[in-house]
Formats: sequence, structure tokens, C-alpha cells
Amino acid sequence: MAGIVGYGAYIPRNRIKSEEIARQWGKDPQAISRGLLIQEKSVPGLDEDTITISVAAGRGAVARAGIDPALIGALYIGSESHPYAVKPSGTIVSEVLGVTPEVHVADFEFACKAGTEAMFVALGLVESGRVEYAMGIGADTSQGAPNDALEFSASAGGAAYIFGKERLLVEVLDTYSYTTDTPDFWRREGEFYPRHGGRFTGEPAYFKHVLSATRAILDRSGYKASDFRHAIFHMPNGKFPLSAGKQLGFTKEQMAVGWVVPLMGNSYSGSSPTGLAAVLDIADPDDLILITSFGSGAASDSFVLRATDLLPQRVERAATVKSMLEGPRHYLTYGEYAKYREKIILND
Amino acid sequence: MPSPRYWREKANRFHLEAARCQGCGGVTFPARTICPACRGTEFETLYLSRKGKVVTSTVVHVGPNEFQMEAPYAMAVVETPEGGRLMVQVVDCEPSDVLPGLEVSLEFRLIRREGHGGILCYGHKGVPVG
Ligand SMILES: [Zn+2]
Repeated sequence: MAGIVGYGAYIPRNRIKSEEIARQWGKDPQAISRGLLIQEKSVPGLDEDTITISVAAGRGAVARAGIDPALIGALYIGSESHPYAVKPSGTIVSEVLGVTPEVHVADFEFACKAGTEAMFVALGLVESGRVEYAMGIGADTSQGAPNDALEFSASAGGAAYIFGKERLLVEVLDTYSYTTDTPDFWRREGEFYPRHGGRFTGEPAYFKHVLSATRAILDRSGYKASDFRHAIFHMPNGKFPLSAGKQLGFTKEQMAVGWVVPLMGNSYSGSSPTGLAAVLDIADPDDLILITSFGSGAASDSFVLRATDLLPQRVERAATVKSMLEGPRHYLTYGEYAKYREKIILND
Repeated sequence: MPSPRYWREKANRFHLEAARCQGCGGVTFPARTICPACRGTEFETLYLSRKGKVVTSTVVHVGPNEFQMEAPYAMAVVETPEGGRLMVQVVDCEPSDVLPGLEVSLEFRLIRREGHGGILCYGHKGVPVG
């Protein structure tokens, strides 16, 4: 059986509070945090991007796996904020991690689902026997347009997963993907900020795909909601995953650990993978874990996972999600945030 | 920095490749062909660990144009456990807190952009531990 042999996550230290963004635009800070259930979000430094976040998360994954990185035969990075329009993020990350040159590399893009997409393909290549180990990474430094609802949530972070067949930390029991063509959120070539369909992003997009994928994988695998110790659903805001989970029969307790959005925001391709990393940081052997991602456009990937005895022994080899969410933080004013996110027009 | 030069420096920028002199044991970073201490020419390749202590530091208030957005920022000479010393920017903290003895980890970050449409140059910077 194939599964996860190593994982790592990274969240930048800069933060901005929802109330600081609300104040800038004359909105009621309480109404915003109550509506979105987001207190603060991570912000990349001027020197952080999808590539540096992928390296930081990837180094954690290699440390927890304890393998020679040269044995990784495939590396995929899912992101909607690859720093180059043409030139892969994956070549730089592979080289820094010591994975090159015998490796198949590609950059993936599928709005917020690109991370689980990379994991899905990496797992498949390991299962087929084509490669011994494969890494799937989800990372983003996403931008929301100023004074748009997305500005309160679009954040930065990522997680990396190495798949293999031996010395598993987590077994992958089943996977399922549910995809339709749904124009709920997009960014045309050359546009700086994405656009979205407002309320259309809810029922026909997020809920339809998350609920359909999760119901199908439960049906296929024969498990019911109450069998799981932890469940993670993609977190575009605080409310959507809790509402989807409730409709599927999951309790708040089952969702609590992976629900990292109130202190992190939505790190897009990094969102549900980072929630999963937070769960793996504290999971007990034999815990059943469900993760369902969502990417606009639109689709969901679901995984049914089971923690092994080895998992708790490997956690301390890299930084935990909790240590990064609650560790040293630097709070930005809106002005500093505008500078960090390069929203200020400068002369060359 | 033209792209080919950045590319040639990948071994030290990406992997912290250094050299230990077979004559006097001194570690040089980046690797050199002649040891600055004993003029020896026999070296063993080693990779510095991604952690170290600040030996000396300064705060740059007026930097080169392309780093002006980051000013004020701290620059420091960091010594790794192998005895290798490298000059790095120290980030994710108050520049005035970067003082000798500060423990840092060396993290992979964007160093500079080669103009508006040029390549992105990456390398390591210090981040205070904890
Ligand atoms: Zn010497």
C-alpha cells in the first residue's frame, strides 16, 4: 500500500488582522470577523513566494521522511501564484531540495485545489511503481483585490507531502475526484487580481463539489462520518468548511484541528494541505482522517487516510503548524501590507 | 548580476557548498582555489549546516536602489558550526535586534529581482530561531 512517508508545512511570520483591513475600507470589523470567522491572515515577506514556501515545506517533509531526497522521482507544485509565468517553480525547488536531476517535475494550477492535485498525481505514480518516492506540494501567496471580500482571506503558506510504499506515516485508503466546469472564480492572463461570482461561489461551486466528492468517497470506501477522528475541508473562509462538514454529518470536534483558517486565512493551494499537516502533527496511530479540497473552476479531491504507529515518532523532526500559527508573528498596518503585497505604484 | 553568473553560483547559494583546507583545516565559503590562511590548494567539499550565530552585524538604512523597499535591514556575518562564515541579510525580526550571539537558521529566500522582467535570484538569509 502507498501512503505519506513525510510531510512539512510553512506559514510566513507576517500577519494582518481582519480589523485592520476593515478599518482601511470603513467596514465594521466585528461584522467582518463574525461573517468570515477570520481573525488574521498570513502575509508573505518581500522575499517570500511560492518557491521559498515550497522549499521550506519540502525541507520539513524530507526531514520527517528521513530519506535521501535524490530518491524522489517526481515533484509537483500546485499553485495559482507561481512567481514566473514561464519557467517552472519546480526546477528551483527540486534543485534546492537535492532531488535533481533524475526527477519528473511539473507545475500545476487549479485555483485552490492545485495542492491536492499535485498530491493525487504523486500518489498515483508511486502506486503504479513508476517512481519510488514522489512529492506533491501546495503553496500560494494569493492576492485579493483591495476592498474585495477576498482581501480578508487571501493569505500565504503551503505544505509538502512525500509519497512512498514503505515506512508509511499515513496510509492512503482511497481517493476520489469530482469535477465540473463552473465559472465561479477566475483570473484572465495579465490581470493582477482574480474575479469571482460573489454568492455564486457558494452553493453551485464550493458546496456542490465538496459535498459530492465527500459523499462519494464515503460511499466508495464504506466509512461513515462518525468513523473519522479528523476531517479537513477546504477553507476559503471560516464558515464554509464548518457548514459543509455539518451537512455531511461531521461534528465541530472532528473539524477543530484542521480548521486553521481563523489564524491563517485562505492560503489557496496550501489551505487544506496545511490543515492536514496540523492534523498529522497531533494524530494518534489508527486515526482515520478525511480531507476534501476545493478549487474553483471547479473540482474537489477527497482522500481517506489512516495514521500509522510511526507518525507520532516523526512529528518533532520539523516545525508543527501550531508552532508557526502561534509562534513569533509580526503584525502589519494596512500601509505596510500594501507595501509588502506590492500594491503601491513606484517608479522603476 | 547577469543570469549566467547567478547560475554558476548555485552550489553555494542553494546548497551552502564550502571548502575545508587540507593544509590548515580552515573552512572557506564560498569555496576557493587557494586557502586565504595558508595558501593551500587541496580542499575537501562540505556543506554548511543551515544554522549559525551572528558574529557581527550592521543595519543598512540607505542601501542600493533595488533594496530600498527593504530598508532599514540587518546584514550580518554568521558563523556555522563547521566554522564557515557567510554574510547574509537577517530578516523576520527588528533589524536592531540582530546582535552578536543571535542564533539564526538559514532559510531559502528571494534575494533580488534582476530588473522588472529579469530572473529571480534566490539564496539563503538568516531568520532568528524561536
Ligand atoms: Zn589552509
